[in-house]
Amino acid sequence: MLRAAPWLMFGLLIMPVLAGLTAIVLPAFGYLPALQQTEPGLMVWRELLNTPGIGRSAALSLSAGLLTPLLSLLLVMLFLASTSGTRWAHAMRRLVAPLLAVPHAAAAFGLAFLIAPSGFALRLLSPELTGWQRPPDLLILNDPLGLAMMLGLVLKEIPFLLLMALAALPQLNPDQRVTMARTLGYRPILAWLWTVAPALYPLLRLPLFAVIAFASATVDVALILGPTLPPPLSVRIIGWFSDPDLNRRLLASAAALLQLAITLSAIGLWIVAEKMIARLYRKLLLGGIRLSGHALLNVAGKSLMVITLGALLLSLLLLVIHAFAGPWRFPANLPGSWTSQHWLSVGSVLLAPLSNTLLLGLMSTVLAVLLVVAALEHESRQGKATTRLLWAIYIPLLVPQVAFLYGLTLLLEQLRWQPGLLLVGFAHSLFVVPYVYLSLAEPYRRLDPRWQQLSATLGASPNRTWWQIKLPMLMAPIATACAVGLAVSIGQYLATLLTGAGRVSTLTTEAVALASGGTRSTIAVWALLQSAVPMLGFVLAITLPRFWWRNRRDMRGQLT
Amino acid sequence: MNRTSRTTRSNFRIRYWLLASSLLMTLGTSNTLWAQSPNPSDWASVVQKAHDQALYFYTWGGDQQTNDYLVWVAQRVAEEYSIRMTHVRLSDTADAVSRILAEKQAGNTDRGAVDLLWLNGENFANLKNNDLLFGPWAEQLPNFALVNADANPGVRVDFTVPVDGYESPWLRAHLVFYYDSAYVDSPPANVAALLAWARQYPGEFTYPRPPDFLGTTFLKQALLELTDDPDPLYRPVNESNFSTITAPLWGFLDALHPLLLRQGRTFPANGPELRRLVADGEIALAFSFNPTEAVNSVIRNELPESVRTHVPDRGALANVSFVGIPLNASHKAAAMVTANFLLSVPAQLRAQDPQHLGGTPVIDVGTLSPAEQAQFAASRQSHPAAPPLMTASQPLQEPHPSWIDALEQAWLTRYGSR
Repeated sequence: MLRAAPWLMFGLLIMPVLAGLTAIVLPAFGYLPALQQTEPGLMVWRELLNTPGIGRSAALSLSAGLLTPLLSLLLVMLFLASTSGTRWAHAMRRLVAPLLAVPHAAAAFGLAFLIAPSGFALRLLSPELTGWQRPPDLLILNDPLGLAMMLGLVLKEIPFLLLMALAALPQLNPDQRVTMARTLGYRPILAWLWTVAPALYPLLRLPLFAVIAFASATVDVALILGPTLPPPLSVRIIGWFSDPDLNRRLLASAAALLQLAITLSAIGLWIVAEKMIARLYRKLLLGGIRLSGHALLNVAGKSLMVITLGALLLSLLLLVIHAFAGPWRFPANLPGSWTSQHWLSVGSVLLAPLSNTLLLGLMSTVLAVLLVVAALEHESRQGKATTRLLWAIYIPLLVPQVAFLYGLTLLLEQLRWQPGLLLVGFAHSLFVVPYVYLSLAEPYRRLDPRWQQLSATLGASPNRTWWQIKLPMLMAPIATACAVGLAVSIGQYLATLLTGAGRVSTLTTEAVALASGGTRSTIAVWALLQSAVPMLGFVLAITLPRFWWRNRRDMRGQLT
Repeated sequence: MNRTSRTTRSNFRIRYWLLASSLLMTLGTSNTLWAQSPNPSDWASVVQKAHDQALYFYTWGGDQQTNDYLVWVAQRVAEEYSIRMTHVRLSDTADAVSRILAEKQAGNTDRGAVDLLWLNGENFANLKNNDLLFGPWAEQLPNFALVNADANPGVRVDFTVPVDGYESPWLRAHLVFYYDSAYVDSPPANVAALLAWARQYPGEFTYPRPPDFLGTTFLKQALLELTDDPDPLYRPVNESNFSTITAPLWGFLDALHPLLLRQGRTFPANGPELRRLVADGEIALAFSFNPTEAVNSVIRNELPESVRTHVPDRGALANVSFVGIPLNASHKAAAMVTANFLLSVPAQLRAQDPQHLGGTPVIDVGTLSPAEQAQFAASRQSHPAAPPLMTASQPLQEPHPSWIDALEQAWLTRYGSR
């Protein structure tokens, strides 16, 4: 049974993607019988390369895919270094998990209103300081270099990386390492950077690759904050897949493969850079730098994180304000009046989407956690990592969703499976499993094997060991993985829509449908509802282990 | 309403399914089960068949007023006909078209997910040309007489494509400008006059970037005003004279773009974003395909009281939006009964009421009883932001659907990457 788990996972994740992908590979090379295109060749690729601005689009995707993880990683590392062992970091960390629950689109929307020419920041300054009675004609959002888009991505990826880092840190005994380095005369931050960071980084690699994949292929954040003339490649693919001209389907298929290549080369470039930086890092480390730059690192680490998380929190606060705002014109700092009307209009249609969202999240998360735990336990009993096989589970995260979901829907329809909750839950698990795996694999593998050995020497069977030793010890990371899975399930739009035939409405399908035409206030209400459910999941993931282990301090998990 | 034309972007999916499915083993498509389909000429049996049926009504879901209106429709058809209606809200009607296509390719001929679909233009042309629509049924509806189609032939044509009873009219819409009178004294009289206006008020106007439907609508309106001979626009686009016909449009846009918001370096994504720019005071002039959008928004406090509406004096693009039934719909009787209800006097009256939907009725109010006419007159908007009534000579008919894609691609080539 356990032996089947990795293969089951492999099949569940790979088959749908492969089936969906076959529908784009052949068209990308000009083979399309329905279009009387039966001579394979590179025509489509030539057309793609001649598309105006395609180089810019590709470069935007690639640079977003590299700069977003780089900036996020630097900020997270600096923050952890400058707050290691301090108390106020503790309070800050509590914020992080719930922030992870905020959907990308909602955060981007809040950020847009914060920094836009008519946004909150300039409203605070106007007209007193600037003299502006009307918004200035400045190009801040949708800037051609994609800076606003990358800022939005960094804001959202930092909580994710921070959470992953905080979950991995305790296994490294950072306090002991820092103490050790300090006895050698290193100041605390440098001690952390030289001794903990190199050990922490390998545990963050897979989450970083997920960030690279997401940032290089983002659609929703790019639509709200990204450049438009031309947009990043992912946005153009969506446009071509929805173009009335049949021949653009070929173009879209080729572009989807190009997107895949860009995402993979971003990861490849990252790995190359890793090697070079590792060498440099070793040289610096061996140089024995003990004192210099400490104050700067200290200030930078704390203040940059305060600014980023502050901007994210402010963006969310702006969503809350909008959800209750009456008319609110530039340059007023706050709405002229308050109303609950936006919430009342939602009340009449809330029940079905809410219950569907919860059911789907529960279903896909339970399935994912069972599969992932079984696969990890199998791996641990085999004593060797089936990493190569498990790499495959990242494929749903690396292949652009538009590319394979249409083909998948067609397949399901041919199998005559009635669209419904079950099918949508299955589709969600395509994306839930990788993230659950991502958040659970490292804690699971890093669990000290001596517990297992000790239990075996006392005569316990592997199953009993798992049930009585490993499961209780891993309860906190499993709870976190569940919360992550729930958040991922709630965020699914395209998968829900296509496999559910539109009949399965969730908070996200409602939010996205309204976002295409709603006012700020309506969007804010749905975005808050959409954030509230996964936030509740994270709160439970934090409090349940603490409650369960209220008498076992070290078992409470690493979340807080 | 016009927003359905957003839906019109779905031709591609039809063909895509055709080819995708040919790659993934196509199952044979069995013959359609006409024998089991309700016969709209025998209305009593349709109503009887609809009794206690479910109904999945798919529409673009981006408008809260429309969504609320359809909650009321669901209540009424439940009370009157025992129909259990579910409103499926989409971010793009094309998603429903994809579904219909996938089902057809998979050989699903009688248990489709979509029962009733809000659509017009390109979507309709594609569904109809690919034999994916049930019909003809629309002209047999008892309430179709209220439309007075002989006097209003526009309801029998959808973007130059004959309707032939394959979709039932729901609402009317046409293009209007709206402007914030707190910042500018007057709007441009028409699109051609926009250039001079923009020189006077630089940075006070912009338009959604094509291929957003409202952005493309702006291109069509401008082209219809600027061209000397609109006749070719009502035939399929011809590559040989496309550049000659559209040359005045590009000259106009080249001159206009530096005078737009952000000097034309970026454009809003769609109509709602355009409206937000007005609400934020970033621009003073915008346009909509819903003539009462400004009034509705002022009433809902989304736009300031100083907003006014203006109809272009050289005519405004106008169209009708419809509801259609897919060939494989599971509940055709309930769909027909609901389409008929949408045309009823109470439904159209509520659709006109700015407190509810604030649309333009598709039925011919002039043919109703004096009492009913008085009801419509009473709910007609007397708001300062309300548009003046259209005169008979003002509507400009939609060009042939093939122009939509040609204009969008030409725009993207010229301005899509700089």
